[in-house]
Amino acid sequence: MAADPPVGQAPAETAPTVGPRPPDAAPGADGADGVDVGAQAAADRNPADEHMARGLRATSNSPDLIQLLSPEGVFTPHPDFPLEVTADLLKGLYRDLVLVRRFDREGNALQRQGQLSIWVPLLGQEAAQIGSGRALRPQDFAFPSYREHGVAWCRGVDPTELLGIFRGTDHSGWDPVAARFHDYTIVIGNQALNGAGYAMGQAFDGKVGSGDPDTDEATIVYFGDGGTAQGDIHEGMVFAAAFDAPVVFYCQNNQWAISEPIEKMTRVPLYKRAAGYGMPGFRVDGNDVLACLAVTRWALDECRSGNGPVMIEAFTYRMDAHTTSDDPTRYRLADETEHWKLLDPIERVRAYLAREGLADKEFFDFVQAEADQLADRFRTFAVAMPVPTHERIFANVYTDPNPQVQRQQQEFDEYLAGFDSEAGQ
Amino acid sequence: MTETQAQPAQQQTAEGAAETLQNLTLAKSLNNGLRAAMEADPKVLVMGEDVGKLGGVFRITDGLQKDFGEHRVMDTPLAESGIIGAAVGLAMRGYRPVCEIQFDGFVFPGFDQIISQVAKITYRSQGAWSMPLTVRIPYGGGIGAVEHHAESPEAFFCHIAGIKVVACSNAHDAYWMIQQAIASNDPVIFFEPKRRYWEKSKVDTANKPDTTFSTVVRRPGDQVTLIGYGATMPVALAAADAAAAEGISAEVLDLRTLSPLDLDPVLESVRHTGRAVVITEAPREGSLASEVAARISEEAFHSLAAPVQRVTGFDTPYPPSKLEEEYLPDLDKVLFAVDRALSY
Repeated sequence: MAADPPVGQAPAETAPTVGPRPPDAAPGADGADGVDVGAQAAADRNPADEHMARGLRATSNSPDLIQLLSPEGVFTPHPDFPLEVTADLLKGLYRDLVLVRRFDREGNALQRQGQLSIWVPLLGQEAAQIGSGRALRPQDFAFPSYREHGVAWCRGVDPTELLGIFRGTDHSGWDPVAARFHDYTIVIGNQALNGAGYAMGQAFDGKVGSGDPDTDEATIVYFGDGGTAQGDIHEGMVFAAAFDAPVVFYCQNNQWAISEPIEKMTRVPLYKRAAGYGMPGFRVDGNDVLACLAVTRWALDECRSGNGPVMIEAFTYRMDAHTTSDDPTRYRLADETEHWKLLDPIERVRAYLAREGLADKEFFDFVQAEADQLADRFRTFAVAMPVPTHERIFANVYTDPNPQVQRQQQEFDEYLAGFDSEAGQ
Repeated sequence: MTETQAQPAQQQTAEGAAETLQNLTLAKSLNNGLRAAMEADPKVLVMGEDVGKLGGVFRITDGLQKDFGEHRVMDTPLAESGIIGAAVGLAMRGYRPVCEIQFDGFVFPGFDQIISQVAKITYRSQGAWSMPLTVRIPYGGGIGAVEHHAESPEAFFCHIAGIKVVACSNAHDAYWMIQQAIASNDPVIFFEPKRRYWEKSKVDTANKPDTTFSTVVRRPGDQVTLIGYGATMPVALAAADAAAAEGISAEVLDLRTLSPLDLDPVLESVRHTGRAVVITEAPREGSLASEVAARISEEAFHSLAAPVQRVTGFDTPYPPSKLEEEYLPDLDKVLFAVDRALSY
């Protein structure tokens, strides 16, 4: 650990790679000298010709990084983003993080065993999702990409409801209206415009700026660093700004768009793009669940009160593959992943709880047992999922009865019945 | 081009052909074809998402960046409109970009550039510009994938004047067709049947074909003509085998070029057999199968002994993958259509 780079000093993209920590910066991982050993190490590796080393450089953070809980579990209040940190809050978040990671790992295992056709792991992004997800109020609405299993958890979507997409039994497995959590969006960036429009509707309906925090609404849109290259993300921000829409654009910068490092997408830290759209932008330590919670809660309240939109970049890391179909060893260094392991989003909460005496072994054991039970239930459900009948193909194509679809279904029914009668002969 | 071409010209001089025939997957053959095109012309560029170090999610560009450099094999920002729109500019500048779209369902952000610019620039500029770019699209279902990863959008592109649309169905064709597409001064949408990527067949890399890859007879027959392309060709051939076992002689045609259609071999076959079954994975309404059926009706009406049958996907969105076997054309559905045509 000693030789590993601290977090929170020199920005990767703009500031000198070596220098003192700015006075207003969040405390670093080591709380020490502020020298970006990581960038220096990357430079020593002569990264110019090497994508992987450029990815390594992205592990350095900007001085504007908002962090409340260091990787060692040291809590420092932030003047702009106050958060009342109670034992119950911390224990609840810890439980969320552990349970979400547990079923995410089970998803990977199920795919490896042939029970799912694919799984999209969230490993490493638990804090970015739980922190922002727990900031939402019941009346808010969330538009995910397709990796937001932790946000789904916070919206009350049961993990088993995620399985249909990945087992191939359906395109979406929960009621997006009831959960106020949109279906996963697979085409990169589409949801930014949909979220902007939904938020415009919230404003048109007078659900913004009444001053009642129990009825005023906000929307959050999730996307990744790769998605920021898509026109739809840009247009979503333009629309949201043009209509003062109450929407938080929440970018989980996990450093990799499949094989392409963040440097392929941007020259500037992503949160700085917000200024170009006329909205405030913040970079939060995406592995710090408290910072993600505090900043997202603030941003949603800003939107609720009519001061939206807001952009948040949660600076995190995709610890696993893009999906179970991906092989990251082809394009990135294990060193980089090892470094991020030291910034684990769960360990810092555990360390804080233990050090402050807020939770004992019994609590940690209980959560672990609960996680294992959830994984069991997840697995049992997955392997027992029935294959839908062929009627699903023809259902809900339109809301009105459609003669063409009906006729094709009827013809297909007759076609299938022909096999039955053949078999009966 | 009406002669039977089941596979590469194995009838050529025995020893010479034996040396040049390789048994390759369609994926590897495409990779070889891209490599050959890049070696032949320094203006050929490959661009797309993850095509560099990763070699593409299907590894079609595997090793190309290592051998040709980052300036000729470019990992682009994640934006399909950007990939195709920038390729237009590069083509204007004298390059021959080969764009990879990662999956069929992801092409639509780039559809605007294709329909508004790629297809119209030559016409608009009265020939001042040509647009020698290729857009490779892995397409079709049958791989158990999530939404947007199993579609067959070729009819959208066939409807656009100003672009050519082709689909390869085996490794040999893939090797030569990708080179022909890249060499074309007109834009080509190049559909690759992704569930056939790992199917092997014989590739003759030595004897460069002197014709374009238009409609070809894959298997001769007398009673019914099965017409397919790309991913549906193995289905059509299997159906012809099964029909033969029942004493029915089916002729199998591979369209290969979807726009402009090479109809003469189709009409010649239908005039001989009197019956036609057209197969596509796409939804039926407005599909390429509909176009082929209409053209047969227009031009070979008096030869038809039965209405042209279409075996297609349903007019629904592509279903969840556990239901794709029901959705996709398969051997039974083709045989069912053959029976209907024969019993009409």
